[in-house]
Amino acid sequence: MHRTGTLYGQFKTLEQQKDTATLGMWIFLVTEVMFFGGIMLAYTINRHTYFHAFAMGSNTLSLGLGATNTLVLLASSFTMAMGVWSAQTGKKTLISIFLILTILLGFVFFGIKYVEYAQKFHHHLVPGKSFDIGYCAHNPSKCEDVDVKELKEEGERLEEAQKADPDLQAHAQLYFSAYFGMTGLHALHMVIGAGLLLWLLKDSVAGKFTAEWNNPVDIVGLYWHFVDIVWIYLFPLLYLIDRHK
Amino acid sequence: MSTHETVPEPKFPEKHYLNAEYGIRSWLLTTDHKRIAMLYLAAVTFFFFIGGFFAMMIRLHLMTPNGYLLTPDQYNRMFTMHGVTMVFFFLIPSIPAILGNFLIPIMVGAKDLAFPKINLLSWYIYIIGGLFTMWSMINGGLDTGWTFYTPLSTVYSNSAVAPAVIGVFITGFSSILTGLNFLVTVHTMRAPGMTWFRLPLFVWAHYATSLVMVLGTPVIAITLALAGMERLFGLGFFNPAMGGDPILFQHLFWFYSHPAVYIMILPAMGVISELIPTFARKQLFGYHFVAAASLAIAVIGFLVWTHHMFLTGQSTYAAVAFSFLTFVVAIPSAIKVFNWTATLFGGSISFDTPMLYAFGFLGLFLIGGLTGLFLGCLGIDMNIHDTYFVVAHFHYIMVGGAVMGYLGGLHFWWPKITGRMYPEWLARIAAFTLFIGFNFTFFPQFLLGVMGMPRRYHMYPPEFQIYNVMSTAGASILAVGYLLPMIYLTWAAFYGKVAGENPWPATGLEWKTQSPPLTENFEVTPVVTWEAYDFRNRPDLGLDVPGGSGPRIVAPAHGDD
Repeated sequence: MHRTGTLYGQFKTLEQQKDTATLGMWIFLVTEVMFFGGIMLAYTINRHTYFHAFAMGSNTLSLGLGATNTLVLLASSFTMAMGVWSAQTGKKTLISIFLILTILLGFVFFGIKYVEYAQKFHHHLVPGKSFDIGYCAHNPSKCEDVDVKELKEEGERLEEAQKADPDLQAHAQLYFSAYFGMTGLHALHMVIGAGLLLWLLKDSVAGKFTAEWNNPVDIVGLYWHFVDIVWIYLFPLLYLIDRHK
Repeated sequence: MSTHETVPEPKFPEKHYLNAEYGIRSWLLTTDHKRIAMLYLAAVTFFFFIGGFFAMMIRLHLMTPNGYLLTPDQYNRMFTMHGVTMVFFFLIPSIPAILGNFLIPIMVGAKDLAFPKINLLSWYIYIIGGLFTMWSMINGGLDTGWTFYTPLSTVYSNSAVAPAVIGVFITGFSSILTGLNFLVTVHTMRAPGMTWFRLPLFVWAHYATSLVMVLGTPVIAITLALAGMERLFGLGFFNPAMGGDPILFQHLFWFYSHPAVYIMILPAMGVISELIPTFARKQLFGYHFVAAASLAIAVIGFLVWTHHMFLTGQSTYAAVAFSFLTFVVAIPSAIKVFNWTATLFGGSISFDTPMLYAFGFLGLFLIGGLTGLFLGCLGIDMNIHDTYFVVAHFHYIMVGGAVMGYLGGLHFWWPKITGRMYPEWLARIAAFTLFIGFNFTFFPQFLLGVMGMPRRYHMYPPEFQIYNVMSTAGASILAVGYLLPMIYLTWAAFYGKVAGENPWPATGLEWKTQSPPLTENFEVTPVVTWEAYDFRNRPDLGLDVPGGSGPRIVAPAHGDD
């Protein structure tokens, strides 16, 4: 199909084209909900069955880093929304500024995620042969990045949990399988989102987006917000299981 | 029929989508939905041959009680690869990706699907998924059954599970993108006057199918991703040795794979809803009910999945609820069958080849559907679960239903796709061959199932041999029935009689443009002023309508030529 300016040949009007693109993205996001839904179901069922192991696993996560990342993502959603608003009102320089801010916040998220993942590796919390949920509690000297008081509490909880669930090691591995599976999938979506934002930036610097035509900004915005919402679910699911005690 | 004879011989159009561009690049980089449909036709036919080859191996092996052809291990691989190929690479894409792709934009009066590039992308994803699966077939094959049940597939199987799982995972996204494209197209691309209730029921059926594709496929994707990671990296969600739950896998698997049955049968129902009014020359009885029944099947189809798991030790209350819902999902299917037969009543029926397939569909789908109720009934299922009764039941739905619909549709729209007619008598013979071969193959399997022959076994007691020999003999007839259309349809594409715009005649928008259509489908965007299947107020069809409003419509049946 030939395209005339920004109107692709299969459409009659720009409005039809915009409605089509938006609906397409919404339906795609529905498929994403079902996609994440499957792994969240697997998580929830196991959390119910092996509550002690999952609570134990949850306690080893850093609430501070998780909460910071939540704030970072919320802020990036705000800058993205401002980017969409700038596009709709035709403020060409502002679009680029907000896109850059969103990308930067995305990279802050990756940085913090990297710190968290690295911690899990050092603390023997990656599922596999060397997995040991009690590694830090038993070797406090090797986990200097964790608060001493917290480690002591962790040791006490570990004993309790082991009494309640003799197969704690295996079940805690399930928790970390879910942790890496879910946050990994989320991070993959963030990487794709960052790529899309860079692609937008190229066009926005070239001044292609106008008040009349800004579909790409609009639908990438939808995608970015969705990825943020996934995190809004992941944070309480993974980090806050046992915090109400 | 005097008016009919004065019509001049139709001419083959000079310019159309097939000769708009030439060269391999113009095909592999096309965004024309009609050309992409042809790409799918080639790929899907290829996989149909592969799946058919595995089926013949199974049937030949089962001719004797001890089996002389394959080792037990090879037999496991044959039936697994037959299932995987036929389900994921033939049945699911067949009607939607070929006929749906070709017809939906034309039927709604659009120039193309909403997202032509995504449409092409979906074909490439399908091919990449297919290559991974074939890699598995070549490197030792797959022996887990098409259901990939854990922990057999994730821990114990010694076959090439990982590439097959990756292949099916990838192919799922082609299905998702096709469904997404159809949904958006139906919403935003309809021509002026093409209201929701003027849409052909083929489009309604595909709308419902797309809902299932979009909502169900992501679940199988994440499930297979988890199972694949379990196989490759030792995650434990479905592995009881690590505290995981294999039944959870079955739940997630069937949450998609039961609705997947409706991905296969709904489009076939859509085809039948086009064929019956066309060859009865009568408006379809209860249009709104048939449209709503498609949606009802899609929705209720999501609520019946554990009827595959009655014997897994699930709670009795859950089993009762799912058994009830299984009966409920039969109601919209029954509504459709009643409406089709009611349409025939008082119609001016002609027995052209597509109509023969429609009749074949009606009978076989009826048997398949009713035996499904046996299986949904808790007490009976205890006895016939995992027997040949199940095998016969789902082949009546998938082959008797979906493939009959597919072939009926292919014959019906072949003049539109290629601009040429197939040889009518040869096609009728092929349709009969198929029908007879099919029943010979699968009816004995109902009897075997009731007598207690379990599915997936490579040997059986000698007293079952007569039925197995019948089944194998039937499968040979069936194979001839499949080969014939492949040969004469290909021949007809080049040398058949020129068909003209509307050879049947039929009422849809696709018959208001030249055959084969232009790349843009229509010279000018059509404006729709008539209701679906309304033969009485369509003088453009050239039908002989006495007084314009009589109860019977006398039509030039195509077969009288």
